[in-house]
Amino acid sequence: MNGEIAAILAMDGIASGAIYVLIGLGLVLIFAVTRVIFVPFGDIAAFTALSLASLETGGRPGTVGLVAVLAILATAVEATALVRNRALHRLPRALLFYLVLPLVPAAAVWFAAGTTLSMPLRIVLSLALVLPIAPLLDRIVFRPIADASVLLLLTVAVALHFALSGLGLMFFGPEGVRTKPLTDTVFDVAGLIVNGQTLLILAASIAFCGLLFLYFEFTIQGKALRATAVNRIGARLVGIRPTSTGTIAYLLASLLAGISGVLIAPVTTIFYDSGFLLGLKAFVGAIIGAMVSYPVTALGAVMVGLLESYTSFWLSAYKEVLVFGLLIPVLLWRSLSFSGTEEEEAEE
Amino acid sequence: MTRLQFRLVSAGALLLLALAPALLSPFSITLLNFIGIYALAVLGLVLLSGIGGMLSFGQAAFVGIAAYATAWLTVKAGYSPWIGLVVGVVLTGLVAAILGAVTLRLGGHFLSLSTIAWGLATYFLFGNLPMLGQYNGISEIPPISIGGYALSSSNSIYYLIWAFLIVSLVLAANLLDSREGRAVRALRGGQVMTESLGINPFRVKLITFVIAALLSALSGWLYAHMSRFVSPAPFDVTVGILYLLMAMVGGMAYLSGAIVGAAIVTLLKNSIQDWLPVIAPGASGQLEIIVFSVLFILLLQRARSGVVPFALRWLPRVQPTPPLAAGSLEHRQQPERGQPILTVAGATRRFGGLVAVDNVSFELIAGEILGLIGPNGAGKTTMFNLITGALPLHDGKISFLGRDISRRAQRQIARAGIARTFQHVKLRKTMTLLDTVLLGTYGRTRSGFFAGVLRLDRAEEARAQAEAMRQLQRVGLADRAFELAGNLPLGNQRLLEIARALAADPALLMLDEPAAGLRAAEKAELARLLEALRAEGLSILLVEHDMDFVMGLVDRTVVMDFGAKLCEGTPAIVRRDPRVQEAYLGGVA
Repeated sequence: MNGEIAAILAMDGIASGAIYVLIGLGLVLIFAVTRVIFVPFGDIAAFTALSLASLETGGRPGTVGLVAVLAILATAVEATALVRNRALHRLPRALLFYLVLPLVPAAAVWFAAGTTLSMPLRIVLSLALVLPIAPLLDRIVFRPIADASVLLLLTVAVALHFALSGLGLMFFGPEGVRTKPLTDTVFDVAGLIVNGQTLLILAASIAFCGLLFLYFEFTIQGKALRATAVNRIGARLVGIRPTSTGTIAYLLASLLAGISGVLIAPVTTIFYDSGFLLGLKAFVGAIIGAMVSYPVTALGAVMVGLLESYTSFWLSAYKEVLVFGLLIPVLLWRSLSFSGTEEEEAEE
Repeated sequence: MTRLQFRLVSAGALLLLALAPALLSPFSITLLNFIGIYALAVLGLVLLSGIGGMLSFGQAAFVGIAAYATAWLTVKAGYSPWIGLVVGVVLTGLVAAILGAVTLRLGGHFLSLSTIAWGLATYFLFGNLPMLGQYNGISEIPPISIGGYALSSSNSIYYLIWAFLIVSLVLAANLLDSREGRAVRALRGGQVMTESLGINPFRVKLITFVIAALLSALSGWLYAHMSRFVSPAPFDVTVGILYLLMAMVGGMAYLSGAIVGAAIVTLLKNSIQDWLPVIAPGASGQLEIIVFSVLFILLLQRARSGVVPFALRWLPRVQPTPPLAAGSLEHRQQPERGQPILTVAGATRRFGGLVAVDNVSFELIAGEILGLIGPNGAGKTTMFNLITGALPLHDGKISFLGRDISRRAQRQIARAGIARTFQHVKLRKTMTLLDTVLLGTYGRTRSGFFAGVLRLDRAEEARAQAEAMRQLQRVGLADRAFELAGNLPLGNQRLLEIARALAADPALLMLDEPAAGLRAAEKAELARLLEALRAEGLSILLVEHDMDFVMGLVDRTVVMDFGAKLCEGTPAIVRRDPRVQEAYLGGVA
């Protein structure tokens, strides 16, 4: 390997790392606020890519059907809960949030199908389409068991991933997609060819990390999220509703995942089930950050990207083996630096 | 139901199983074969996750390692399947030991996440290694033969599969009813509890992890030689989840849940494959996984305990085996009265900037009850944790029976002769009173996993049970020995903890607020018990808030305030001390 190849590989690695960063940050965010290790998170990214590709070819993305099914289910679950609690006066509000709002982008896409849309509009539409998925899943699947142990929530999340990949196959079909590049520009930096796409990925990733930081530091909602992450009961006592912070966390994280989906769609062929590996690689990064630290997670995700890039040069068949194998030494290191805080387990 | 009736029912079930090939269609036998093979892996999962509390998504990888090992050895190297069995089991055990050593110190969900990671890594390894046929797998695996007779039909391998399963089930049941098995069942109570009983939780976890992997290995070996073909797909994380679903459906906390769960899910899978194409032609593949995932999520939301505990409510209870109760365990020679047995010298512990225990020194004399009192936040519990080793000291020295225990691990301190109870009772709710107290004898008994599995531990077990019954008798709970600890009222749970601590035959008994939440009559009873124990030469350290209780009982007290020792002496002296009055009453008018 000469210096040039090493540099190209490094650039590729950093670019895919930047994509994992966005997903990894979302994973940490959701975990901190809701204690759910949201394994299907990569699926959200993959579904965004699939929606974007489908809009590009003038088709009707499968997301429309998926969101419709989830919205109806969530509304049914919410309505049942309201009837059981004799709180029917909150029904119109529930209908608005769980049925009408999620279906607005879906309806827009439904009517726009066939017409050619500009690229920015396509991106905005596919993001809007995908955003409601995670909050709806939260309502249907996680909120009924919000107080369960982390382990139980994790098991549910893993099962949910398999349900989603089945639904993905049903709504998107088995074909892989790759979208048009977001930009064709190519830069020449000191004799090295740099893709505009790579720079865009980096810029977007850095920009959204910055925005997330500003949001947490300077907005009352961001602070509420952090408060919930530190102590759910304490946050509740000062008037923060864990369910609504949960929804905000899911929306925010979905936005990050959606953007990573938009960024990765022109670079890699995405299938209905590509999300699992995307999510899990981001997850390796999040574990390096011990599921709590945003900066270390970002660093870890970039490391995963680099490792993947270099191993695909030397041992491309064993790329996945090595990336997931990497987790073992990381865990070893984590377990040695583990402070040993006792986690008492509730008996079931 | 008596033991005899239970044996008759079991024998009847075995007879039915043996006759099954004559009674059922070949297709049903094939299904039973799959059920048996799944149940073996799920049995390991029940031990590991349901009973030991270590949730694994990666058991399918262990099944795969053994299946591939035997496939490679028999097809590519031409060895007998029996060599494949040995190599597969050894290899799986080794891999599990290494993975476990690395990951088992991690907290709950990190461990489970790591199982997904190595589950995936193994899957991709199978799919990419040329010597294992990559994604095409290895075909034409020979059947197992016994004495020249090849088990190539599904009717013949049926007997081997179910023999393996039933033997494994019996051995696993033996294990759970032994010294180390009780330690496995105690794991979910948390590290502080297990260590306080002298158990090394990491060792117990590691061995349980390896045992679960070995059961998976048996399943993999049988699978490879039954289907005569291996490829990566059946060992994917998806299948790991399917195993978890089976365990959950059957009942994670019950060994029999493995068979019940494997049977229900396999039959369900089979019938879904029958009717899904009718409902949705062309889409059945993805619908199957959706149906299973949704079913799994619903189960997790609404019925986590599974079918077996539900069924047990309707079935007659098998009479508990009376305690073996013969002989007794060796008792320690209590140190001579009047000698100091515990010496705390300049103990200091900081939490960040807060000095929770600041240069505290005191002595405990053999045969006395020493009270450790002080207002809230005085540092009593921290002091307690420093002595038992639950927290490391930052400065100072603690010696017990003349030995420095300042740097010892909790379980070493426990084994040296300090037994404790907990302010918030730490009991396993689903263990019987007898088993709970037997846990206390862990440090005094020797039988290992092997002896437990093969029932070589019965002589020692009889002595331990006799000891446990004696301790139950002493706290007045002997007539309820077979009830579940979780069903006792709080007062009795505290007594049960004391019985468990006494079963360890300690030289020093440390009680953390034993009277909290007790009614007046219960307190009086507890005081009588402690006085009787003192009369027998046991030394007791008591942390307590209830002044009447403490002052009427102790020989001397140590008073702490804001982390420092305020004074010490007999109750009468302490009561008169103006500093103590100030600390408790905020100054005397």
